[in-house]
Amino acid sequence: MKKLMGSYKMEKNFKNDFPIFKGKDIVYLDSAATSQKPACVLDAMRDFYKKSNANPYRGAYGLSVEATTVYNNARQSVADFLNAKESCEIIFTKNATESLNLIAYSYGLSYLKKGDEIVLTILEHHSNIVPWQKISKQTGAKLKYLYINKNFEIDEKEIEEKITKKTKVVCAVSVSNVTGTVNNIDKIIKKAHSVGAVAVVDISQSVAHSKFDVQKTNADFVAFSAHKMYGPLGIGVLYGKKELLEKMSPFLMGGDMIEYVYEQETTFAELPNKFEAGTQNVGGAVGLEAAIKYLNSIGFKEIEKHENELLSYAYKSLKKLPYVTIYSPEKNRSSVISFNIKNIHPHDVSTMLDMANICVRAGNHCAQPLTRFLGIDSTVRISFALYNDKSDVDKLILQIKNIYEKFKKYIEG
Amino acid sequence: MEEMDQIYNEMIMEHSMSNKNRKPLEKATSCLLGHNPNCGDEIKLEILVKDGKIVDAAFSGHGCAISQSSTSIMIDTIKGKTVEEAKKIIEIYLKMIKREKLSSKEKSMLGDARAFENISNMPARVKCAVLSWHTMQDLLNK
Repeated sequence: MKKLMGSYKMEKNFKNDFPIFKGKDIVYLDSAATSQKPACVLDAMRDFYKKSNANPYRGAYGLSVEATTVYNNARQSVADFLNAKESCEIIFTKNATESLNLIAYSYGLSYLKKGDEIVLTILEHHSNIVPWQKISKQTGAKLKYLYINKNFEIDEKEIEEKITKKTKVVCAVSVSNVTGTVNNIDKIIKKAHSVGAVAVVDISQSVAHSKFDVQKTNADFVAFSAHKMYGPLGIGVLYGKKELLEKMSPFLMGGDMIEYVYEQETTFAELPNKFEAGTQNVGGAVGLEAAIKYLNSIGFKEIEKHENELLSYAYKSLKKLPYVTIYSPEKNRSSVISFNIKNIHPHDVSTMLDMANICVRAGNHCAQPLTRFLGIDSTVRISFALYNDKSDVDKLILQIKNIYEKFKKYIEG
Repeated sequence: MEEMDQIYNEMIMEHSMSNKNRKPLEKATSCLLGHNPNCGDEIKLEILVKDGKIVDAAFSGHGCAISQSSTSIMIDTIKGKTVEEAKKIIEIYLKMIKREKLSSKEKSMLGDARAFENISNMPARVKCAVLSWHTMQDLLNK
């Protein structure tokens, strides 16, 4: 016990970094929906608006130049974070959804045709499915899915057999936002390249939890949202290989993405401006940069250690409850666990947990093809971040047990 | 736990599990599917109307305890009533959920459906409690 307490004391209490937890007794287990924001992110954004706010790229005056510098410094920080070769490979968007739409419209519409195939994993979020359905309908390219096995993982055989010479685009999440499955991204990208396809990786669920290196993985396109990695709402990132982004046509049209505008014709700006129409979210970029600094100050080694320990603890604790069914892999999982309590609908479980100030998500998690494939309508999902600790898991398990005791006769039918 | 009892009380839990009104209605004169795309709840309502009276009603589908029990209790409440009476009851129910004051006559017309009064304190779950009532309203107005 002494030793336990000792090791507990050694641990940094990350909760202190997040103002929302001050004076609020909540167990926040919905970071996969959006994470809470550390003070350093909020401060950086406030400082920008207090000291450096102006419209970037627009003015010749000092303040506008400062805003431009701040904005492009943030771009460089994102490039470094992903280990991109050049900062012009980083495009700021509204969120991962916009990034994925950009790829689908600007790349998919131009380079796909009838007879081609788009391969997606069944673990994709709607944001990496619905745009491709639209492109499929417009171009005649066919959508194909890589399915998961009983352990919620995609077999290598599935990757080998489904990605063929007809495949032109392969889309995969790094980590599923429903099951927490860690996809074999290296294998998927290698296979995609071996047939001449481009690989699109949605790292929204993994970006706050593990390192993603665009050069090491050789991903062609990468998308994520800042708000799932301690950054603000309303800003996202698209990474694309320079040679791909250069040959693609712009996505949104308007101010600042142009070179010359005539009455009938327009020539477009160079990267990255070509893909950033209108006044940009500089405050958001500043917040994202601060979030990257925050992650770097802790380091992914420490983050993974802390979160994986929690995840294993939660998984083991849930596994002990015979009336709970888990929809997450035994191994190769990260940050998320989905489960259901027998005979109690996930929405009711979520409400019952909320009554003990425990925030969890219930539903299909914007992944209806996946829940349908699993033969269920919805799940209860818990997701972890740095600020969670074992006591959060203990409170969750205690309340699940309370629910069981209270509704035993219905649960046992 | 007290809060839990207010929402997930005996009657709501019993009705959510009961198969009494959950069945196909072979002689149904009309039916309608209600759907809440946000949470995936889907409820198909069937009614048998004879001479302006709801002789029988039933439902099928899936959803949370709130949506299932509110459907089952609604069926109990409107069965045997005329279409016009049923429409009035639905109106009163929706009024209650919107936290509008009910007269004692209105309260007695609602019967067991008053069990959902506390749902108005939980904005996130109101949709579950009104799905089948709105669907029934559309069905009766068809």
